[in-house]
Amino acid sequence: MFKLFELVGSTVLRFIEESGKVTVFFFKILMWTFRPPLNFRNILRQTEEVGINSLPVVLIMAIFTGMVLALQSYTGFRRFNAEAFVGTVVALSMVRELGPVLSGLMVSGRVGAGMAAELGTMKVTEQIDALYTLATNPVKYLIVPRFLAALFVMPLLVVFSDIIGIAGGYLVSVKLLGTNPTIYTKRTWDYMELDDIYIGLFKAFIFGMIIAVISCYQGFYTSGGAEGVGKSTTRAVVFSSLVILVSNYFITALMF
Amino acid sequence: MVKDHSTENMIAVRDLHKSFGTNHVLQGVNLDVRRGEDMVVIGGSGTGKSVLIKCIIGLIKPDKGTIYVDGQDTTSFNEKELNEMRREFGMLFQFGALFDSMPVWENVGFGLKQHTNLSDDEIRDVVTEKLSLVGLKDVEDLMPSQLSGGMRKRVSLARAIAMAPDILLYDEPTTGLDPIMADVINELIIQLREKLRVTSITITHDMVSAYKIADRIAMLYMGKIIEVGTPEEIRSSRNEIVQQFIQGKSEGPITREQ
Ligand SMILES: Nc1ncnc2c1ncn2[C@@H]1O[C@H](COP(=O)(O)OP(=O)(O)OP(=O)(O)O)[C@@H](O)[C@H]1O
Ligand SMILES: [Mg+2]
Repeated sequence: MFKLFELVGSTVLRFIEESGKVTVFFFKILMWTFRPPLNFRNILRQTEEVGINSLPVVLIMAIFTGMVLALQSYTGFRRFNAEAFVGTVVALSMVRELGPVLSGLMVSGRVGAGMAAELGTMKVTEQIDALYTLATNPVKYLIVPRFLAALFVMPLLVVFSDIIGIAGGYLVSVKLLGTNPTIYTKRTWDYMELDDIYIGLFKAFIFGMIIAVISCYQGFYTSGGAEGVGKSTTRAVVFSSLVILVSNYFITALMF
Repeated sequence: MVKDHSTENMIAVRDLHKSFGTNHVLQGVNLDVRRGEDMVVIGGSGTGKSVLIKCIIGLIKPDKGTIYVDGQDTTSFNEKELNEMRREFGMLFQFGALFDSMPVWENVGFGLKQHTNLSDDEIRDVVTEKLSLVGLKDVEDLMPSQLSGGMRKRVSLARAIAMAPDILLYDEPTTGLDPIMADVINELIIQLREKLRVTSITITHDMVSAYKIADRIAMLYMGKIIEVGTPEEIRSSRNEIVQQFIQGKSEGPITREQ
């Protein structure tokens, strides 16, 4: 029993310590972001890496999520003849919650892992030290471009995933379940407010930040060879996913 | 003793200590490197030679002690001042540390790209010239993963000298090279010193190279510099530890376990 308390206690302490370090790292990134000049070539390359490469997985995730949402809500709504409101549910859920959260999870698996692995490898093979010796700050040169790319690409990805998700719901409802397309479309848009879209995009922006900061932190402070790189990569994905899920709840609750 | 840290010394290390956990690697290192001199540091594997030069260039923060570069105490430098200082330095890493996402020419031209306004074409010209100095040609567009071990080392050396620094730190420049190529590199190090008056510290296990390039040789043992002298003085040293090391004998005061 005491063992358990000890374990919980030390885990909590470690968590607080890590959070502090990540926060310091975050401010370091911010400081270097606002210190000119910006390396546009690196930003572009990272934008490509984050955006183009995660687009397929995000789109596949979105269409199936939209489709299953439609199927699932239809089973319930049919019981009180409200089939057309499936459109409302699909659209609101996608735009406010599932679009940003699931995209965030996909991107942390796809891009966060990549960032942690690449930076971690650079760390253990002394490439980051080499940058210092070439009078180049690695946070500025390596991390800032990744941070900016993730920040701006996530909202874009979420816009795509919202559109595709809603289209997926439409396909299932209209083509498969035979809902009237005009009414379905109307119900989709009628209850949607601009605020819903803003919340979704705001979340996407925050999640992009979370993924970049946590993954870069894990990569940048890797130690212990190939094994260390593996650990950092796993941690990057696990921590950024958890932080996304938790912060999503709080953002939703605050904006309720 | 008017000026302890007279600018005759380009680098002066005083009572330097560094531990990793319980591993007390540097235990009070003292070392003077004169302007325009090549100081060769020898010593057993794991004695902290790499740690020593990483302290000098500010990659590792020592626990105690001071390092003077050109008369200035660098251990109290902030990140910005360190950055300024590093512009005077070139460093060859023991394992190359090439950027594996960039082709050879971008690796070698990295400093030029970051700190000068040269165009890519001009950078490539400089890169080709530096690569020829280290005995390489037509490798500009290869990726580091396509190079052999010895080639990587030489590309890394080309990167270290690309900005024509005043101070060069070479971590085992000839390890992994065939004897002829090793001598090309020895000649290059001598040339850089004679023509450009570069000050350098070279870490090596290669005694042939050490005797050839060194103005003076220092031996690191058990966390301290136990002897400094010209190659002649080292060769005729009466210190048994030094003798055992330079003759490469397994029998002697240096034992396997320490
Ligand atoms: N970043 C680090 N963290 C922990 N220990 C380290 C670190 N760097 C070096 N060490 C330890 O310091 C000691 C000296 O290492 P160093 O790399 O300086 O040896 P070396 O003299 O260069 O050896 P070699 O000739 O084999 O290159 C070793 O015991 C090593 O384990
Ligand atoms: Mg070494």
